[in-house]
Amino acid sequence: METIQNFQILWYVLIFVLLLGYSLLDGFDLGIGSLLPFLGRDKEERDTLIHSIGPVWDGNEVWLITGGGALFAAFPQAYATAFSGFYLAMMLVLFALIFRAVSMEFRAHDPARAGLWETALVVGSGAATLLFGVALGNVIYGVPLDSRMEYTGDFLTLLRPVPLLFGLTGLAAVLLQGAAWAVMKTDGALQQRAFKAVRVLLWVNGAVAILYFIVMAAAFPGLPGRPLFYAGVLLTLLGLVGLFFSARKRNDGAPFWESSCSFIGLWLVAGAAQFPNLIKASNDPRLSLTIFNSSTGLHTLKVMSVIALIGMPIVIGYTVFVYRIFKGKTRPSDSY
Amino acid sequence: MSALLLARIQFAFTIGFHFLFPAMTLGVTLVILISETGYLIKKEERYRRITDFLVRLLGLIFVTGAATGLTMEFSFGTNWSNYSRAVGDIFGPLLAAEGVIAFFLESVFLGVLIFARNRVSPRVYWLSALLVFIGGHLSAFWILAANSWMQTPAGYAVDTAGKIALTSFADAVFNPSTHVRLIHTVLAAWMTGAVMVAGIAGYYVRKGLHGQTARTMLKIAIILFALTPVLQLGAGHMHAVEVINMQPEKAAALEGHFVTSRGVPLYAVGWVDTAGETTYGIYVPKLLSFLYNFDFDSEIKGLRDFPKAHWPPVNLVFQAYHVMVGIGMLAIALGLLGAFLLVTGRLYRTRWYLFVLPFLIPLPHLAHETGWMTAEIGRQPWIIYGLMKTADAASVVVSAGNVLFSLVMFSLIYLLLFVMFVMLCVKLVKQGPAS
Repeated sequence: METIQNFQILWYVLIFVLLLGYSLLDGFDLGIGSLLPFLGRDKEERDTLIHSIGPVWDGNEVWLITGGGALFAAFPQAYATAFSGFYLAMMLVLFALIFRAVSMEFRAHDPARAGLWETALVVGSGAATLLFGVALGNVIYGVPLDSRMEYTGDFLTLLRPVPLLFGLTGLAAVLLQGAAWAVMKTDGALQQRAFKAVRVLLWVNGAVAILYFIVMAAAFPGLPGRPLFYAGVLLTLLGLVGLFFSARKRNDGAPFWESSCSFIGLWLVAGAAQFPNLIKASNDPRLSLTIFNSSTGLHTLKVMSVIALIGMPIVIGYTVFVYRIFKGKTRPSDSY
Repeated sequence: MSALLLARIQFAFTIGFHFLFPAMTLGVTLVILISETGYLIKKEERYRRITDFLVRLLGLIFVTGAATGLTMEFSFGTNWSNYSRAVGDIFGPLLAAEGVIAFFLESVFLGVLIFARNRVSPRVYWLSALLVFIGGHLSAFWILAANSWMQTPAGYAVDTAGKIALTSFADAVFNPSTHVRLIHTVLAAWMTGAVMVAGIAGYYVRKGLHGQTARTMLKIAIILFALTPVLQLGAGHMHAVEVINMQPEKAAALEGHFVTSRGVPLYAVGWVDTAGETTYGIYVPKLLSFLYNFDFDSEIKGLRDFPKAHWPPVNLVFQAYHVMVGIGMLAIALGLLGAFLLVTGRLYRTRWYLFVLPFLIPLPHLAHETGWMTAEIGRQPWIIYGLMKTADAASVVVSAGNVLFSLVMFSLIYLLLFVMFVMLCVKLVKQGPAS
């Protein structure tokens, strides 16, 4: 029993890392997508913004696909409960991601309808981000479950204040991530506007994050006793303070890392509150789906561990290689 | 309509739509790899132009495939949660492995292909083309292993609680139908890409557009179009033998074969009266028995050996299968004819053949769609052959109204994607592989 528990904990950590990686990487894509009309004043600027994420967003989305696959492989009960239980919300996420995915490619091939595809990109990116946060907020904060592990709420159950706060916190972090990416990848007037967005979003993030920490500490009585909670709070605050000074000094490289640091802090607090639950039952804690009652068998977890621990370092290796190819400011020639 | 039926319609529609794109992706990346290898070795502009043109086409294909593929990963949880609860031990790892081992590779290096022609050396660019090709095919391997496991499950044990547990990952991955399904499907995808490129290049050559570039493109495509259907004949044969051995009810449905007997005929076309348990049509006597193990009198099991409750919809499976086979035969003829014209130096001026080529583009799609209908409808009523019924696999908490809503949305969104995809492909083809 001891062994399988170790693997269940390992897989909680691995899926946490996959979703964290997703939020940081696809986070800047979704952030650029959502901020497109605010940062890009004319077609040329919007071209630059889209080309700054064009070569990498696809690979970034695979972090989500792999995270979903890993959840299916390690904790199928949680995957099945959340995806079927939150059916309409999941469908909306999916439709948003579909439009986000095709919008950039279609825009490049179909300049006559560029405005339409830009709208699809903005709405798709923003809606997907907000809904992801709300979904995550629900599984952490808790939803009504029955003894067969099935969700018993409805669509409106998902829209309670605490999960909505998760959605807003995630959206604010993703927008900051996008603005910080724009600062790194652009120059001139566009970059100045991105700096301005970073400065505004910095305060928005600070306010939302503090509210989030207070609400989390109040909603999870055990949380203030966990060191990871304080580590998370500290990382977020450090990231935001660092960002404040970097933005003042017009440093174009550091903001992306400081924004990521702040985002990681939010995730650590979420993880500290959630572990070892996967989906908390709001009606009766004994009905919660935990990493211990929702996992696959030991053999599957072991096989998966071998695949992940060999495969993911290789993935990270060539991902870094490809990011280095596109290093520096986005050039007009980096087009479709 | 019940939630179950709506969920089945939604899955059939979304997977059928999705598969159009991975089939093109695998085929087009093969042509890209060939032309880019040509460029690396010969340093001739025409090869670079072919690659650059096809990479722009691949961008459209891949993004639509990736967007609609996301639907599939969601759907196991959203619509088939009881299935997901039961098979997490085996099906989950295959999907996760696809992400880690295959899809990352394909997506990350596709970014290089589309955006970095001017940023990397020809060698790194070629390597990226190779890695996109390998990534796509590894993806196909894991997804087809997952599907094959549903057809011919292996490497598992059912415990006392009825839960399916993994006992051997290698046996589950390399279950009895994985290798034949992989070869059959990949060849179908290559044929899809070959015919697509041949159709485009044939149009250019007939119109006198893009000179040497178009002729080289046509040559590569015609060679693939000549080879893949012939190889498919062997692969299809192996697959059919595997189905007769592993899924005899499905095999019997393919030919509308009701009574176990020797010297079983093979139908060219026909109609199955399932209630009357009779099949009408044009057939070659004893040919099915012969093809099974090269003995005209070998025994083939008929549907009556199995409970009626375990029969798939026989006529539908029969028709789908025969459409696929018919297109395969037509492809062999047209592909070999193309090769003959190429070898005798008449390909570029046989106008009727060049005229026909673009109209062939939908045919491989029709073949792989009907092929999948054969495989999937032929497996019914099972979702996992012999282990779990489709009727027991759906989500319990998702109402018919919810599925109807999503099905209507998918229909509208996919219609939009399809129209845009075709329009933008046509536009791209009209622009052509100029400079």
